[in-house]
Amino acid sequence: MIVSLVLNGRPRDVDVLPSETLLTVLRDRLGIFDAKEGCDEGVCGACTVLLDGRPVSSCLLLAPAVRERRVTTVRGLERGGGLHPLQEAFVRHGAVQCGFCTPGMLLTALAFLERHPGATRAQIRTALEGNLCRCTGYAKILDAVEAYAREEGTGG
Amino acid sequence: MADRPSGQVKPAAADALTVTPALRVVGQPVVRHDARDKVAAATAYAADWAMPGMLHATALRSPHPSARIAKLDTSRAAAMPGVACVLTAKDVPRNTLSTDVPGQTTAVGPLRATLHVLAEGRVRHQGEPVALVAAETLEGARAAAETIEVEYEPLPGVFTAAEALAAGAPRVHEAGNLLAHWRVVRGDLAAGFARAAVIVEGEYETQFVDAAYLEPESGVAWIDSDGVITIRVSTQVIEHFRDVAEVLTVPQNRVRVIGTYLGGGFGGKEDVTVEVYLGLLAMKTGRPVKMVWTRQESLLARAKRHPYRMRYRTGALASGEIVAQQVELLADAGAYAYLSALVLLYSTVTAAGPYRVPAVEVEARVAYTNNPPTSAMRGFGAMQTTFGYESQMERVTRALGLEPVHVRQVNALRRGDTLPVGQVMETHVAVPELARQAWDALGPATPPRAPHVKVGRGLACNLQPYGRIVWLHDWSSAWVGFEMDGSLVVRSGVPDVGGGQASSLCQIAAEVLGVRLESVSVHISDSALTPLAGTTTASRQLYMSGNAVLKAARELREQILGIAAAALDADAGALSLADGAVHAPDGRSLPLPDVLRQCARAGVARSHLAVYHAPAGEPVDLGRGSGKVFPDYTFGAHAVEVEVDTETGMVRVMKYAAAHDVGRAINPQSVEGQIQGGAVQGLGYALMEEVILERGINLTTSFASYLIPSAADVADVAPIVVESGEGLGPFNARGIGEPPIGPPAAAIANAIEAACGARVTRLPITAERVARALGLVEGA
Repeated sequence: MIVSLVLNGRPRDVDVLPSETLLTVLRDRLGIFDAKEGCDEGVCGACTVLLDGRPVSSCLLLAPAVRERRVTTVRGLERGGGLHPLQEAFVRHGAVQCGFCTPGMLLTALAFLERHPGATRAQIRTALEGNLCRCTGYAKILDAVEAYAREEGTGG
Repeated sequence: MADRPSGQVKPAAADALTVTPALRVVGQPVVRHDARDKVAAATAYAADWAMPGMLHATALRSPHPSARIAKLDTSRAAAMPGVACVLTAKDVPRNTLSTDVPGQTTAVGPLRATLHVLAEGRVRHQGEPVALVAAETLEGARAAAETIEVEYEPLPGVFTAAEALAAGAPRVHEAGNLLAHWRVVRGDLAAGFARAAVIVEGEYETQFVDAAYLEPESGVAWIDSDGVITIRVSTQVIEHFRDVAEVLTVPQNRVRVIGTYLGGGFGGKEDVTVEVYLGLLAMKTGRPVKMVWTRQESLLARAKRHPYRMRYRTGALASGEIVAQQVELLADAGAYAYLSALVLLYSTVTAAGPYRVPAVEVEARVAYTNNPPTSAMRGFGAMQTTFGYESQMERVTRALGLEPVHVRQVNALRRGDTLPVGQVMETHVAVPELARQAWDALGPATPPRAPHVKVGRGLACNLQPYGRIVWLHDWSSAWVGFEMDGSLVVRSGVPDVGGGQASSLCQIAAEVLGVRLESVSVHISDSALTPLAGTTTASRQLYMSGNAVLKAARELREQILGIAAAALDADAGALSLADGAVHAPDGRSLPLPDVLRQCARAGVARSHLAVYHAPAGEPVDLGRGSGKVFPDYTFGAHAVEVEVDTETGMVRVMKYAAAHDVGRAINPQSVEGQIQGGAVQGLGYALMEEVILERGINLTTSFASYLIPSAADVADVAPIVVESGEGLGPFNARGIGEPPIGPPAAAIANAIEAACGARVTRLPITAERVARALGLVEGA
């Protein structure tokens, strides 16, 4: 079946099986490897994408469910050919080690801050609970997200 | 540095570069090149790879922990449409391989590891691979695997190490269940205990845990145009190309392993994972093949951290001075050997901790069981013992009414002291100041929130070797060269597990050769195209390959400056390399591209290949405590404040400080990341993680049941980076990959006792166990 969606701002038609997940469609049909498969059961958050701006586990979402909806992966964050300020903050604060959780972490954090621009560190911590990271111990990820929230909040 | 004789350590000041006051790149919290790629999802991990005509592979795994394979029929699977290949043990040219420690080229005797490809006649653990299927689609491969007919006749099994060593226990392997045994004796134990003012005895149990990297085991293999079997894989050890060749019985130079940037390793990708299966399937089918393990497979069948039963008996004087330590260790190797003998050796060497103990006896055994295999994981046997010796240290402290920091300081090893195995400490042991700094960093005590909530603090120190055992004769090599435009290339076969291994090499080369960090490109982890650098394990990569790059860069510097000296008519020793030019003391300078052209004309190489050899030695007789085992050690001290809910047993980490002497921080931000990340993994080990096995059946094969810490589960770890200027690595760095995972479990247990008086001796320290220790719940 053909599913039409808006992927990172561009309309796409994809031929999918009704039983396929969005993660499979992105990776195996479209060759977009931004979302990672960490557990395939919606626990680890590595496969997070934004669906109409809300974070979802793409490993749990069946492809037909994204019909006529906006799907954003990390490459959709690019600003003027450069990195998004949150991506820059991750780089600057050393929030990236192996990087496998990073795409999902970025998208979850961004979606959260769009709705809660003045979020505290404690609130950010709770918001990122569904995105596991095995490398960093989270502190530098929280540093990065918090710094971005502060800069955005002051129009920086 | 390579010429430094074993056993001799230069003081930091003797090394001209390390006292250069203005290091430009080393010591700076520089941005890692891989971080930019990773935030943009531009890094192609092993599973982010596809090739035309690529097959997908899966493994059929045993549902039984111990069974004879009475029948194995793959004919239906092989006949299914879209199936390219079905393999069982009889199709594997060499199904069992004893290898030296992976990545090494010297014989290691009893430390040899075994590699087992597919089950042959019997299965010894649940999840053991029995057959492989490659098909046009993954669904097709899985469907075919389900049609493979296997008849299992269940056999009796053994499921704890103690059970395995009991008389008459069923044998996991013909030769018996005892896999390795180490014993260390030093000093007069009886005399030591006789003069002790207090003797503390404790038995501790640790659990199976999983490395739980976010990236499951994965790779793609193909036959390259020159016929070389090429495997692009997530591995900490590209030298497994040799093991793949041995299994396939092809020459070693016909297999190439390309290591990807890993989505985490933590030791779990030190043994082979998918590469042997991929090599077999690519060779049999002649087509590209992809294999990605599911999380369930990974949790089911991948090697775990060894559970230990540890018995400690510790004698101390009234001053807190430890005078005798008797230790009995028993570890569960699971069904196959892997690196268990080596892991046990690490435990044996570290069993008494970073302390002076005049009389020690360590008796250590590891036994086969029908549990999943256990092998390398960050901390590598030195982690379990930290829980033992630091729990004991706290009990001694409390029994004598002393202060935790004071007792560590009284007992800490000093330079020149000897470990129980006979190794003399040759570099600074920072334990006294680390303990003080970590403890003080907790700041003012947090008042309890409610009468039933108690707050307490705990301390734990540790030592972790960095670099491999000296009798492995470890080495690493690196190539550093200039391109004609003055940009720099570093090549070294280093797998980057995410700790910034590649980036640190760039910093070192940029520092020595006076180029901007952005002007350095690094090519890593390719067994065919990069000089071999050994494993990214044992906290060795910065130490070993950092030294190789340092050596190559220094040699290259000499070559370049020699040519520039002639051109500038100046003394080479007076020239400096900075900002892409050679500078003379009188202010004249020559752009690097000009010097490089002159090098070409003069026939002087613009590159240098260097090999760094670690201090080497011969095997020591552990029983007689006769010498050096590891090149050096990294020391740490962690302090934690917890609150314990005395009505429920719930433990919450309030504050956490982790101090390590890293010699010198090449990239302070990366060092902090290692400390924070390692400590949080250690907190997972302390408080929540456990692979639960019921008679060999794994009950925790999903991230919904095998819980690792989320952001909400842990407090921020405050990293304290101490730079003693002493270490064997480049610019006197020490390894920091593993050390921070060691102390958390003991620090937490000690803090809980300080808070509420309950001593928990079994990991993980769940609310239920605390409740039991508090007497809130019946039972053990």
